[in-house]
Amino acid sequence: MAESQASTGNSYLAGSNLERLLRRGHFAVTGELGPPQSADGTVIRQKAALLKGCCDAVNITDNQTAIVRMSSIGAGTIVVQEGLEPIIQMTCRDRNRLAIQADLLGAYALGMRNVLCLSGDHQSFGNHPTAKNVFDIDSIQLVHMVAGMRDKRIFECGEEFKGQEPRFFVGAAAAPFADPVAYRPYRLAKKIKAGANFIQTQLIYDIDAFGVFMEKVRTLGLHEQTYILAGVGPLKSPGMARYMKNNVPGLLVPDALIDRMVQAGAAWDKPQDELTKEDKRARSAAWKDEGIKICIELVQQIRQIEGVAGVHIMAIEWEEAVRPIADGAGLLPRPVIDEPVA
Amino acid sequence: MIVAEQKSLDEIKSLIGDAERVLVVGCGTCVTVCFAGGAREAAIVAASLRMATKLDGNGKDVTDVTVQRQCEWEYLDEIAEQIEGADLVLSLGCGIGVQAIAEHFPRKWVVPGLNTSFMGLPTEQGVWAERCAACGDCVLGLTGGICPIARCSKSLLNGPCGGSEGGHCEINPDIPCAWQLIYDRLSALGKLDLLMAIQPPKNWKTSRDGGPRKIVRDDLRLGAEEE
Ligand code: SF4
Ligand code: SF4
Repeated sequence: MAESQASTGNSYLAGSNLERLLRRGHFAVTGELGPPQSADGTVIRQKAALLKGCCDAVNITDNQTAIVRMSSIGAGTIVVQEGLEPIIQMTCRDRNRLAIQADLLGAYALGMRNVLCLSGDHQSFGNHPTAKNVFDIDSIQLVHMVAGMRDKRIFECGEEFKGQEPRFFVGAAAAPFADPVAYRPYRLAKKIKAGANFIQTQLIYDIDAFGVFMEKVRTLGLHEQTYILAGVGPLKSPGMARYMKNNVPGLLVPDALIDRMVQAGAAWDKPQDELTKEDKRARSAAWKDEGIKICIELVQQIRQIEGVAGVHIMAIEWEEAVRPIADGAGLLPRPVIDEPVA
Repeated sequence: MIVAEQKSLDEIKSLIGDAERVLVVGCGTCVTVCFAGGAREAAIVAASLRMATKLDGNGKDVTDVTVQRQCEWEYLDEIAEQIEGADLVLSLGCGIGVQAIAEHFPRKWVVPGLNTSFMGLPTEQGVWAERCAACGDCVLGLTGGICPIARCSKSLLNGPCGGSEGGHCEINPDIPCAWQLIYDRLSALGKLDLLMAIQPPKNWKTSRDGGPRKIVRDDLRLGAEEE
């Protein structure tokens, strides 16, 4: 057998920080870092600095919403250099099975240890809507492929690795409130069966609905077969809350939360043209404070739900919010594991 | 059936260029049923071209003829003389019809008057929808007779993405989510267990990805017995 970490006696699948914390029973915190629409690495370093110390690992999005950005592996390499652990997002939209495997070999060699497997938003949403999409494989087949590269040491075609295989902690997404809702726990079961070691959910604002989903998850015993990280994110304004409620598939935003956001800005409740620049700035700050407060409460409530192993804080283009949220929810400082990785 | 749409008259005019004698060839099969290139449409296109070129000050000699099936050479033989007599053939057949003419009449310039769109069916008067992408390895037996390759925007094989909402696809509220349809049908027929099995990556070799396709049936070939 060629040299592999599997044969070194290390019981971890990948040995990533995220895996090690979860395995030791810590309530994990992951964040999200959106690469820039440019070749500017300093943006990544700035964002990494904001997230370092408050997340155990950060998702690096892959051409999110089908808009061309720095590649997740390119940006992930910078994140590794900055001492933060990346979770490489990999979609099936832009790459076929050859390209995905090749990129993952490179990502592993560059020090990346977590992958999140996604179908990917359709290209019609992005800035190249006339592009041809790929969708050679789907997200579940992708999970299976990445797990197989690690556990069976084979490429998708079945050929065996002759050298080091890429050993990733394999993640997948779950959308508990997308339709058909009744099927969602079973789809999650399929992802786990395919090999998903951890799950990050779509943004959760409706704790009751999420509780119902998790109840089904527990009935199926899924929480014992994977680590489920619930997605949370701070609301920025009542407008954003309403937009998400009405326009983003699979998102439930209770009216009570929208009302709270409206109330937070009530002091500036007069016609738009009577508001000065300072007024608007103050109102925005008040909204954001309330958004962070709500997010902290959501994290605290989610933590009480049996079977949730952590939170995934999504504050894209508002990375500053992650620290106060993690702090407010009592999740700081993040545990540090200093055992040697074999 | 194959569903197609007519190109704009402007595009057709530019495709015709300076040809003087133009033969518009309709087809009596799929494109007749979808009102894009049958005898009626061929006559209308020919008349419009005569009118338009006359108004432009350079009236062309545009005639039309329709064959039962443009995609079979024997039907094209019936109009060989008319084709030979024209400077240019404007085919109102699907892309296969255009190519059948080009292949059968090597020295004749032929241009398409239609955009061949998809394989589908009329869902109501005046509405056609895609149903099959000819992937060459049909999975309808696993999906209750609803095609995830042609009808899911991402051709997913293992169930709905997170963008499915209210029965429609994330890319457009007018497009039904194929996986919602599959789920509903399997649920109604008591076959939801089919959705629990993991479908492996598809073999796209049988699809266009394996290169241009061809079927050879030795049992049907002429002279098969002597071989
Ligand atoms: S599975 Fe393939 S052959 Fe069957 S309907 Fe869909 S595209 Fe056509
Ligand atoms: S919403 Fe439905 S049809 Fe659209 S891509 Fe997702 S699963 Fe496919």
